[in-house]
Amino acid sequence: MAQVGSRLDPWVHSYAARTGGMTASEIRALFAVAARPEVVSLAGGMPYVNALPLDAIADTVARLIREQGASALQYGSGQGLPQLREQILDVMAPVGIHAHADDVVVTMGSQQAIDLVVRIFCDPGDVVLVEAPSYVGALGVFRSYQCDVRHVAMDEQGLDPNALRTAIADARGAGKPIKLIYTIPSFHNPAGITQGPARRRELLEIAQSAGILLLEDDPYGLLGFDGTVPQAIRSEDADGVVYLGSFSKTIASGLRVGWAVAPHAVREKLVLAAEASVLCPSHFSQYAVSAYLSEQPWMEQVAAFRELYRERRDALLAGMESAFPKGTHWTVPQGGFYSWVTLPEPLDATAMLPRAVSALVAYVPGTGFYVDGQGRRSMRLSYCFPDPERIQEGVRRLGSVISSELDTLATFGPAGPAGSGSTSSPSPDLA
Amino acid sequence: MTAKSVLVLCGGLSAEREVSIRSGRRIAAALADNGHQIQVADFDAQLLSRLKQNRPDVVVPLLHGAEGEDGSLPTMLELLGIAFVGSPARSCRLAFDKPVANEIVAAKGIRVPQAVTLPQRVFRELGAVEVVAAILERVSLPLIIKPTRGGSALGVTAAHQVSEVAPALVAAFAYGETVLVQHFVSGIEIAISVVADGDSVTALPAVEICPDGDAYDYRARYTAGLTEFFAPARLPEDLTSHAANVAVQAHLALGLRDWSRTDLIVDEAGVVWYLETNSAPGMTETSLFPQAVVAAGQDLGQLCSALVRTAAERSLNQD
Repeated sequence: MAQVGSRLDPWVHSYAARTGGMTASEIRALFAVAARPEVVSLAGGMPYVNALPLDAIADTVARLIREQGASALQYGSGQGLPQLREQILDVMAPVGIHAHADDVVVTMGSQQAIDLVVRIFCDPGDVVLVEAPSYVGALGVFRSYQCDVRHVAMDEQGLDPNALRTAIADARGAGKPIKLIYTIPSFHNPAGITQGPARRRELLEIAQSAGILLLEDDPYGLLGFDGTVPQAIRSEDADGVVYLGSFSKTIASGLRVGWAVAPHAVREKLVLAAEASVLCPSHFSQYAVSAYLSEQPWMEQVAAFRELYRERRDALLAGMESAFPKGTHWTVPQGGFYSWVTLPEPLDATAMLPRAVSALVAYVPGTGFYVDGQGRRSMRLSYCFPDPERIQEGVRRLGSVISSELDTLATFGPAGPAGSGSTSSPSPDLA
Repeated sequence: MTAKSVLVLCGGLSAEREVSIRSGRRIAAALADNGHQIQVADFDAQLLSRLKQNRPDVVVPLLHGAEGEDGSLPTMLELLGIAFVGSPARSCRLAFDKPVANEIVAAKGIRVPQAVTLPQRVFRELGAVEVVAAILERVSLPLIIKPTRGGSALGVTAAHQVSEVAPALVAAFAYGETVLVQHFVSGIEIAISVVADGDSVTALPAVEICPDGDAYDYRARYTAGLTEFFAPARLPEDLTSHAANVAVQAHLALGLRDWSRTDLIVDEAGVVWYLETNSAPGMTETSLFPQAVVAAGQDLGQLCSALVRTAAERSLNQD
């Protein structure tokens, strides 16, 4: 009998098939360096929580513990704190959603809401249609439930209706059940694109006529730089859309409070799934958010964030204009955190990342936002966390790296599969 | 004498930062279990003031890649007169530069695969096609192409055909300005860890590496389960003994101290080929040095504790 060695993990043969992609990667190793202060990180989607009125929040939280600590530190309802669900209705009013507090399920960030929706709808092999590119955290959830994730092309208005019709026809033609259309209509992560009203209506009509549930992820909806708030797709259809909201970008990501608004039958299952998963979302965080919404001028703070992020967006755009070589293209976001940059042929943003990190600047390679290897020429740049001066310095460094990489490829030709990697399991700061 | 106060240095700015932090945490815990007072620190702008304010008896540097293995950190510790585990600056510099280490080791009669070392500018100025053709006249396919400095297989790619050479060069140049283009020797991959106590230099049992995929790359190194290890390696006794001798000779030839790990290939004919030596071997849960310690029937914490005592005594003797 052949000798058996050690694999340093006694459970190596016990893991579920869905863990197959959960491996160490060079890309994650490089992101570990990006956490150092010397590195200008244009990678992470971390909100600039330093701009919050931290002293006032400290007072609010101290009072919360003093006056309601026994409740706030106890288990709560699986659906979420009733008073917070009422307040969420006010938060959603600007995006045109008029719902009842019973329609709201509070979750641990909208990330958990994605997980719950997929858990109740998707069996292994079910098709989920997503934008090309799409949010890396959602892709990770879809993959962990072994969904058949299919990317649908975007144009400058967002998800392309014709491509969507084709994708639906293709999947159905192959006898595959399509369970969800996942879209980020406002200030898209990572593409920085926003769907206009007509586009939203057309996509909704396609989903309605095909009988496919639309999963609308809207963490950035209130962060439009001109102050206008795109109306949610859910505002047009209460039965065909599950809407996901979040306080991560408008208050603080560390609180991990988000929510789903769903048709009643879906909502009931979401609550049961949430209880099976975590019993209840953090009661303390819900109390803290509720107190913040009650006691702080939260809309003024959102306006302050808008202005802060607009200034940083402008710094990024101006920096790219002056530092990036000819042939580089990028989207001009009207809100949110991200610009999507497409490099000149034949550059490969994944292969270039080690050189960028050595030059003390980091970004997320485009391949992380696809499940099928697309996006090699692209990268996501975030402008939400570094200040404008750091952004300009980071873009200057990145411009040099791109030029140097062009020089390398002019010498050798395009990079092959070497140096490839995956961000399929992103660290939290890539959200 | 018992050195109680130990500063474990890990992290740094190289692409091996995450590996280094995992190594550092593991050794810090093992030393704490053996009664040492432990601090863990990064290699950053606060380090020197921290060393001055709270001077440890001994530093255990577990930085991988540049700063940790290129001699920078030992140079600083030598300047500050702080005792440390591991090799002196000059030896680190020799071991970290793969072509230099290859020459030194080859001069001792150890077999080293044929190789060429070139910076990127030579390809640019003379033309990549012409330079690659010249390399292939000297070094036959298949090739292994790697940055001359660095570890964890970052930027390392095999090229089995001419068409794979240019992409492999691009991948290597992403991690450094100079590459080593070496003939790829197929065979049994083994790692031999060496522990030294003064003049007594001992090779620990060889660890045989059998990755599931084609290569023992970053993913295979740091994902538990993707590689099968045999410790001791499944080699005949004479080959095991010869390979151990090669690792000890490499350690001595490079002037290394306290610990090292040498990577070797044993080909079908039983020839032992030298690949490289690490002056700061990885200490993570999937690293090779800790496996060799266990295979030797030793305890990692006790071994590190002994090295800490040795470093402290060495410092006293120098004073």
